[in-house]
Amino acid sequence: MIIKQLSVFLENKSGRLHEVSTLLGEAGINMSAFSVADTSEFGILRLIVSDHEKAFRVLKENAFSVSLTDVVCLNCPNQPGALAKALSILHENEVSIEYLYAFSVGEAANVVLKPDNLEKCISVLRDHSMELVKASDLYRI
Amino acid sequence: MSEIVRLHASSGTTGKPTVVGYTRKDIQMWAEVVTRSLCMAGVHRNDIVQIAYGYGLFTGGLGLHYGTENLGASVIPISGGNTTKQIQLMEDFGTSVICCTPSYALNIAEVMKEQGVDPMKLKLKVGIFGAEPWTEAMRKDIETKLNIKAIDIYGLSEIVGPGVSCECEHQCGMHIHEDHFLPEIIDPETLEPVPDGEIGELVFTTITKEGIPLIRYRTRDLTRLIYEPCACGRTLVRMVKCKGRSDDMLIIRGVNVFPSQIETVLLQMSEVEPHYLLIIEREGTLDTVTLMVEVQEQFFSDEVRKLQELRLKITRQLESILGISVNVKLVEPKTIERTAGKAQRVIDKRTLI
Repeated sequence: MIIKQLSVFLENKSGRLHEVSTLLGEAGINMSAFSVADTSEFGILRLIVSDHEKAFRVLKENAFSVSLTDVVCLNCPNQPGALAKALSILHENEVSIEYLYAFSVGEAANVVLKPDNLEKCISVLRDHSMELVKASDLYRI
Repeated sequence: MSEIVRLHASSGTTGKPTVVGYTRKDIQMWAEVVTRSLCMAGVHRNDIVQIAYGYGLFTGGLGLHYGTENLGASVIPISGGNTTKQIQLMEDFGTSVICCTPSYALNIAEVMKEQGVDPMKLKLKVGIFGAEPWTEAMRKDIETKLNIKAIDIYGLSEIVGPGVSCECEHQCGMHIHEDHFLPEIIDPETLEPVPDGEIGELVFTTITKEGIPLIRYRTRDLTRLIYEPCACGRTLVRMVKCKGRSDDMLIIRGVNVFPSQIETVLLQMSEVEPHYLLIIEREGTLDTVTLMVEVQEQFFSDEVRKLQELRLKITRQLESILGISVNVKLVEPKTIERTAGKAQRVIDKRTLI
């Protein structure tokens, strides 16, 4: 259930995102999901890819500051109120979310979560019959 | 210590300030050399001297103060800052001499312009400027903007403070008070004296000092000596404006900064040798400092908040250790150019010399 996400430090200057995507593309790595958190001076690119070990290596070799972060991906129905329900369960069980990003594929909406307590987050969501996306499935999207 | 009547401290060179002690006789000698410096600059007992150097542990304020009183001129001991009030006092009291750092003089000129005060209508005639490096271009700028003669004064706390040497009205090198401080120029590498007139590191031997007598004290300032007689008639040897330093010390907004201090702060946070680059620029009359720090693994966090906290932490630490504010910028690894051998840690874009 634990998904390995790549996090890359990027300076806020033009062409950096392009360089990351080019490097990964040339290495034959597919991106399933990504988001960029930005400030006025720098950004953090968060990626879920088909082969995180290889991607990590490629980026490292090209002098990027990169790390692997454990996240979880929730599959919630692509309908009103579905996310709110999941979040309220987490809130009631005192699991905080550091950040999240989402993408929907057809009927399903995938929400990538970075909670403060990963194990607790997984067990809470499972106890409430929430569907979590398998890592192997997500890497293949 | 019972003979010491006063303590001063320099503006924190290697993290800790250098503390110096003066006997009663030292204080008198200091006043004497400052008095002579003022005379050289054309100041006399009828002048009104506004001292805008900081008073306190810094030698600038009290050094000029005692010398001015000793001369018999009138002192306005306003200390540094509060520029509006500085200008108001110049108008109200008819200040004829201003003593401060050259960058502060330019700052005063700017504020005057903003407030519509015409320097031509003031009684200012001379400025005694020191405590930081400045150029001939800056001198011209100050002289034009404030309608005064800008005189360079030199000194360091270890020797006595301001007044070790000072320019005369001809502005062609600073006369060293050789009867109190014996200058020599050495090669900073070999420590051997250089031939007359060549550039090297200035060292001083104090002749009359009691509190802290020093023999061949290395100032780290690079300069050369002029032995030819001066147009003013004084035979005291002259030193030219310092051409830089034999160590890597920087003077930023009058504060002494060593790059090693920055390294210490960064090391405390990561325990891994950090890659950083310090960029100093001058915007208008103010020095701005930007520190670029590469976000290596030891610094990198996946969370924006943590990176911003890191940035803030570095900023605060530097501020408390250096005493100046630094704009910290996090950059990607390998952004800072790697050079063979000693890494370049500092880019000083100011034109000071």
